Amino acid sequence: MPQVMGQALKRHEDIRLIRGRGQYTDDMKLPGMVYAKMVRSPYAHAKIAAVHVAQAINLPGVLAVFTGNDLKDELGLIPTAWIPPNSDLKMTPHPALAYDTVRYVGDAVAVVIAENPYIAQDAADLVQVDYEPLRAVTNPRDAVGPGMPLVHQEIDRNIAFHWSVGPNLDDVFNQADVVVKQEFRQQRLIPNAMEPRAAVAQYNQATDELTLWVTTQNPHIHRLLMSGILGIPEHKLRVVAIDVGGGFGSKIACYPDEVVVSWAARRLRRPVKWTETRQENFMVTSHGRDHVQEVELAGTKDGHIQAVRVKAFSNLGAYLSTAGPGVPTILFGLIVNGAYHIPQASADVYGVVTHTTPVDAYRGAGRPEATYLIERMVDRFAATIGMDPVAVRELNLIEAKAFPYTNPFGLQYDSGNYQETLKIALDMVDYANLRQEQVQLRKDGKYIGIGFSTYVEMCGLGPSEVAGAVGFQGGLWESATVRVHPTGKVTVFTGASPHGQGEETTFAQIVAEELGMPVDDIEIVHGDTARISMGWGTYGSRTTAVGGGAIHLATQKIIQKAKKIAAHKLEVSESDVVFHDGVFEVQGLPELRQLTFQAVALDAYLAWSLPEGIEPALEGTAFYDPKNFTYPFGAHVAVVSVDTATGDVRLMRYIAVDDIGNIINPMIVEGQIHGGLVQGIGQALYEGAEFDDQGQLLTGSLLDYAVPKARFFPRFETAHTVTPSPHNPLGVKGVGETGAIASTPAIVNAVMDALSPFGIEDLPMPLTPEKVWQAVQQAKGGRA
Amino acid sequence: MGELQTTVTMTVNGERVTRTIESRVLLVHFLREELGLTGTHVGCDTSQCGACTVLLDGEAVKSCTVLAVQAMGKAVTTIEGLETDRLHPIQEGFWAKHGLQCGFCTPGAMMATTYLLSQNPNPTEEQIRVGLDGIVCRCTGYETIVRAVQHAAQLMNSSTQTERSTEVG
Repeated sequence: MPQVMGQALKRHEDIRLIRGRGQYTDDMKLPGMVYAKMVRSPYAHAKIAAVHVAQAINLPGVLAVFTGNDLKDELGLIPTAWIPPNSDLKMTPHPALAYDTVRYVGDAVAVVIAENPYIAQDAADLVQVDYEPLRAVTNPRDAVGPGMPLVHQEIDRNIAFHWSVGPNLDDVFNQADVVVKQEFRQQRLIPNAMEPRAAVAQYNQATDELTLWVTTQNPHIHRLLMSGILGIPEHKLRVVAIDVGGGFGSKIACYPDEVVVSWAARRLRRPVKWTETRQENFMVTSHGRDHVQEVELAGTKDGHIQAVRVKAFSNLGAYLSTAGPGVPTILFGLIVNGAYHIPQASADVYGVVTHTTPVDAYRGAGRPEATYLIERMVDRFAATIGMDPVAVRELNLIEAKAFPYTNPFGLQYDSGNYQETLKIALDMVDYANLRQEQVQLRKDGKYIGIGFSTYVEMCGLGPSEVAGAVGFQGGLWESATVRVHPTGKVTVFTGASPHGQGEETTFAQIVAEELGMPVDDIEIVHGDTARISMGWGTYGSRTTAVGGGAIHLATQKIIQKAKKIAAHKLEVSESDVVFHDGVFEVQGLPELRQLTFQAVALDAYLAWSLPEGIEPALEGTAFYDPKNFTYPFGAHVAVVSVDTATGDVRLMRYIAVDDIGNIINPMIVEGQIHGGLVQGIGQALYEGAEFDDQGQLLTGSLLDYAVPKARFFPRFETAHTVTPSPHNPLGVKGVGETGAIASTPAIVNAVMDALSPFGIEDLPMPLTPEKVWQAVQQAKGGRA
Repeated sequence: MGELQTTVTMTVNGERVTRTIESRVLLVHFLREELGLTGTHVGCDTSQCGACTVLLDGEAVKSCTVLAVQAMGKAVTTIEGLETDRLHPIQEGFWAKHGLQCGFCTPGAMMATTYLLSQNPNPTEEQIRVGLDGIVCRCTGYETIVRAVQHAAQLMNSSTQTERSTEVG
């Protein structure tokens, strides 16, 4: 039996996906199905004076038009599910359809249900809404100022919460040799999963059950929240996500659309489908990032970092989204020291509501915002004291012997050798020679830059006890049931909900390895609350670390039971039986008697002769609650050239040396890293949401918002070190977010390095040609 | 519903189909809703993402920007028509080289690749990256798609391609 863990097996899920046989939510077609279209506010902030629906209702093919007033007494409010402790968080009442005030462009005020989607669109255009427009505010730091319009009357100064961590560091900063101050605009990003969100709801009158097929990363969380909002008990509500076309955090949240569709399906006794357009996806599907950060770093002249502190204004949008408040607090503030031994740190975060699209997790969720600030500050510090940024990193990176390492906020970094990844990255990029080349090129008026990011992140979310302590309104353990069938084939039910990450393959590799059977004999089932007892879904790079851990434990339970049955059959004591490569045999006498795993499975089901106290069948269920987060880390290097005549930045090389613990499928891992890199580089160079003063989204389509394309990139150079997580049964850490977390500051550091001869210290992302060109022009002008 | 109805006939994946539809129906909706060919996806509304790419008389088009009536009398090939009794080398390439993750853009990306390779059977990496400018993938970072296209090109140029193909389901 060849080893399957660690092999680059082709993906099982691809067999359907490459043939157009995937089943995405919008592919559903049910008998009698009707179609919903939302009527959305064109204003960011307005009173709703009246909604005129008569014309729409009279259009042939229209079944119904419902307004906010129709729904407000029928449905609960959409809650947030993350309430950071000691933050005085105020809820933002969020009805599924707005009935008195709209708070961002796209806020839905009515829904049209029609026989086909074209008619639904026509009718939606016929709904006339009388608005009384009001002043809007979109910038989080502006929004807390005096006299600004309030998003929710009950939230003073638009501050939904104030959360801080760490001591007052004034003394440290007052006495420090060197203090570097910098403001960063961590711009708003629009996730743009390629599959727009969709929902199909069907009510079954016979069973009084509602089934909701929806584009979600976490069907069980959806069921829990929807149950409360709809008033349908959990056992009468089924949430299904079969194939989901990417999420990146934007399919975590519970949205108004699926609430409305579910309610309407029950009301109309017809299956109802809703599918958003890309334009709606831009407007209403959660955005990411969006901080204004005031950062300070204190250090010594010889390069030791003593303290870092940040005051951040985090834009949460018009309503607190499902995980929204947790992202700029727990997932950001607790890790602002990054991969460095910095004795003192603090974070002071204002969670601010504005008249903009709600903000929630986006790939990395909080950790990119933290990593960017510390990685940029290390470079700013290095430049200030005249040291090489690599030397400052080498001096301050947490040492390998320090693990487990407790950071200033009490996080325990599990394992690592940060210096090693940096060393490999330096070798790969040929650092010393590249610096010389840079000097030469500058003499010719050519500007290349080298940028580093030596990052660590926390993922594998996470211990439930910690989840509770930090205000996440759920657990973060994961479930697995491994069901061996009488023929020895296996079905695995996981509470994780992969949507492109490849765990139908990765998970099968875990089970195949442990049971010694072909991966093709194993099926992974996910994304259906009726088939899987409970689970918390896929986000925070938790699927393999936590969901995989549960599968491992469930598989081990099966092996334990099967061993008892095998011993009974072999007529030896259990301690004399060994199991390897799918075969049970008597220790030391392998030739004597053997039983295949499949034969034992059949015996378990026939139950003709089972040992005393052993129940029939062969199935294992485990609920795995990790002891800690996992902490992937690594060193990334970007090499860029900047054309100072045009401002164009070209990425010449990108080197990523990551340590994500043990690797189950290197092909899938590389794909995850590449995808993350492109999103992180996208933030650095191309992507950024812009609102005008009235709250209109100016970057509301793929024409206006630059999602990166193939021709923007060189080939990536990747390498790994392997430092297993010591507390995780598989030794894995997580890889889904590393690329997005690490790459953004590497790129910006590289561009700033290229521009250093011009005295340019920082530019706000994305580093578009216009911004770079303007800065260079200004610098040249200033000199002249 | 007062909308103009038109009877359209076209060949889809080798089969002649005739339907009476509203004149305004987009080709992608015709394929998905009328014919149940849901392998072709709708990813945007501005012809940017390419998830809906199909071949129209052998040429790659974004079926969200073509009316079904414009395809009248023409031959449409969708992802469902790419394979015969075996996987098409482009499907093999995407599978072998991890050219997909969530799979949503993938059918369109493979149809765009079909057209690209029909025009240039031996594209360079640069030509592939530029040639796929009409598709947006948010998962892969594109490099594995480039490898997938290169692998497909090799298979298609190899005389032993049928031996290398894999039968599935």
